[in-house]
Amino acid sequence: MKFALMINQGPYTHQASDTAYHFACAVLKAGHEVFRIFFYHDGVNNATRMTTPPQDDRHVIDRWSELASQHKLDLVVCVAAAQRRGILDEDEARRHGKDGDNLAPGFRISGLGQLIEAGIEADRFLVFGN
Amino acid sequence: MYVNRRAPHGTIYGHEGLEVVLVGAAFDQEVSMAFVGDGVFQLKQAQDTSGIGTKNFAGAYRALADYDVTRLYVETESLEERGLTVGDLMPLTYEDEEDNDQEKSSITLIDRASLGQLFEAQDVILNF
Repeated sequence: MKFALMINQGPYTHQASDTAYHFACAVLKAGHEVFRIFFYHDGVNNATRMTTPPQDDRHVIDRWSELASQHKLDLVVCVAAAQRRGILDEDEARRHGKDGDNLAPGFRISGLGQLIEAGIEADRFLVFGN
Repeated sequence: MYVNRRAPHGTIYGHEGLEVVLVGAAFDQEVSMAFVGDGVFQLKQAQDTSGIGTKNFAGAYRALADYDVTRLYVETESLEERGLTVGDLMPLTYEDEEDNDQEKSSITLIDRASLGQLFEAQDVILNF
């Protein structure tokens, strides 16, 4: 079965990103496909590689990057939501004259059309976080 | 179906939700919106955010008809519980091409039980 996920809360404050991660792992382990994971609202904060949690805690962002590289997942961050919250890839940083970018590996920045397409393409579309 | 559950300006959900609706309209899908709970305040007339310095995006609701988003369901009980009537909402209309371009209201009042059935019939629901 083809799944698509949407994550609407940032890391650490809410469990939504953790739950989505464990759900994605379970889906992949069961042999299903994850078509796309879309990050919106404060969920875009899951995509900054500047995140530096204490060593004895899980690294929510690295975990997503690793899962993406292992399973060739499509992790998409909404460009408008990301810019509002200071999440930029190299191109966006240059375009807006910022002194650095912070998008974590395995994520890409794109538009809301990717969210709509995920809803259309997937057999099951699940939303994590309100 | 896009479901609005929150008042417009205290959180960004209404604003970013509306952006999804407008982008989603470019895809050839059957689209509707529902307004429940404090979400009915999204459609309140004469919103003014000048006192709080946030962007007043409420005007963008008037653009929905241009994007062929013409089915806005407002839950009757939610309106009543908040002392509102349909007259307190923005007069959102569209021109019905299948009916001699007659101007019709985009807003349909719907009771809680019927809205539940409508939810049941959706392929994808996004809550904002």
